[in-house]
Amino acid sequence: MSNSLDEMPLSRPDRYTLAAMQAKAALPEKKVRKEQWRDLTTTLVLPLLTFAIVIGVWIIVQQKFATDLPTPLDTWHRAVTLFSDPFHDAGPNNKGIGWQLLYSLGRVLSGFFMAVIIGIPIGFLMGMSNTFAKAWQPLIQILKPVSPLAWLPIGLLLFKAVNPSAIFVIFITSIWPVILNTASGVKAIPDDYMNVAKILRLNSFEITHKILIPATLPHILTGMRLSLSVAWMVIVAAEMLTGGVGIGFFVWDEWNNLNVASIFVAIFVIGLVGISLESLMMLLHRRFDYNAR
Amino acid sequence: MNYYLSLEGVDMNFQTQKGTFKALSNVNLKVNQGEFVSLIGHSGCGKSTVLNIVAGLLQATSGGILLENHEVNSPGPDRAVVFQNHSLLPWLTVYENVRLAVDKIFYNQKDNEERHQWTLEVLHLVHMEHALEKRPAEISGGMKQRVGIARALAMQPKILLMDEPFGALDALTRAHLQDSVMEIHANLGNTVMMITHDVDEAVLLSDKIVMMTNGPSATVGEILDVKLERPRKRLELADKPDYNHYRAEVLRFLYEKHKKAA
Repeated sequence: MSNSLDEMPLSRPDRYTLAAMQAKAALPEKKVRKEQWRDLTTTLVLPLLTFAIVIGVWIIVQQKFATDLPTPLDTWHRAVTLFSDPFHDAGPNNKGIGWQLLYSLGRVLSGFFMAVIIGIPIGFLMGMSNTFAKAWQPLIQILKPVSPLAWLPIGLLLFKAVNPSAIFVIFITSIWPVILNTASGVKAIPDDYMNVAKILRLNSFEITHKILIPATLPHILTGMRLSLSVAWMVIVAAEMLTGGVGIGFFVWDEWNNLNVASIFVAIFVIGLVGISLESLMMLLHRRFDYNAR
Repeated sequence: MNYYLSLEGVDMNFQTQKGTFKALSNVNLKVNQGEFVSLIGHSGCGKSTVLNIVAGLLQATSGGILLENHEVNSPGPDRAVVFQNHSLLPWLTVYENVRLAVDKIFYNQKDNEERHQWTLEVLHLVHMEHALEKRPAEISGGMKQRVGIARALAMQPKILLMDEPFGALDALTRAHLQDSVMEIHANLGNTVMMITHDVDEAVLLSDKIVMMTNGPSATVGEILDVKLERPRKRLELADKPDYNHYRAEVLRFLYEKHKKAA
């Protein structure tokens, strides 16, 4: 539950603070343009500089210490090859990187949605009933810190197939943040809202869909966002173990082929997909967060 | 004589870790229809407890509440509450917050268009028709409280309960809202019970000021009938001897007879 607190949106926009007003106080136009120019340089040039330095270090390390590493140029060429035909399909062992990503995303999303469907009701029960919360809290506290990969053998035993097992691992990964954030969201509903409901004599169906759900939605979405980013990390490791088509196994396979340039490309692409998932969830969050609007 | 609202020997005990805390003891109060009654007292004297019992949000340990000769002991729209911190639902717009109440209460009596019109009408009463599509986070504290009042009025309550409705507002905003409440009371003639700890507010708005003794075992100390003519204008009243007399009465009660050890 601790992480849900850091992720909680600020209840008040800070646009009324003195600092914010000072920043917005009228500046001469020339100065404004200068400020904008400086903003552009800092947001664009500084990151590029960091990239350049890292590539520089990479080149030095490659030449002096680890000649097995591919050079940045090799990696670039490899990336061009991989992305020239990302969706080629020559049988189960030879699919383009686009397919690998889609298969992994498919597993992540299936496990994630199952966790959402099952986790939200459990979270609601925990938030609404102290008895239920007391009964479940210790079990969840014990299971939450366990690496989801520890569940992979259990999945294999239960489902006798690798694909459902990987989805099962993602399900386990995603369910804890969903449950805990939903529960803390329900607990955080002010008594006043419930008093309003009582005075209006709302029935339990109306209370649920007019008060509980809208009041909890921002917390639920925070839980979903946390789950999804962790799930994307876990799928790579899970697929390395399960094999099959998927970006995790792709990494492992290319290692077995000693094709390290591909691994670098994959790392970069995994990162990009991760950012995209995160921003997608942020968009969704902003859409439904009444505090942020 | 039958009263519109009557509190009959209300006791309220709370169970705490140190044992039973007797908050209210034998509170009796009669209110006529259309009367504006203020409850005043030092903080912690149980004013809010009285209001919550009338609202049905708390159940009296013994004694009871009669509204038009019927006992009430659970919350309902006939006793609408304006909460101190407005308690508007932050995900709904101003219009939707009021419409929620209107839809729930008049679903069977009014059709869609009538409910829409009624929502606009009460928002017009509190002068908030310019901000229908704003969300609570986008309007000022005073405006939120206006919408809170509109939502309560929308229920056409038999009695309007206000729990320190202007306590969190600055003095100027508070004055504006007091004027609005007087205007609404003059137009609709609602029965109002308001909690306050502001002596001027109590004298300005009320027909009757109920002064409560300090807790524990708080009860009604004195009742002051305020016979100032309506409509009341705060500027004119400031120089009037009766106004100052009423003020002095309340102050004497609070600071001489039932001074709170600070």
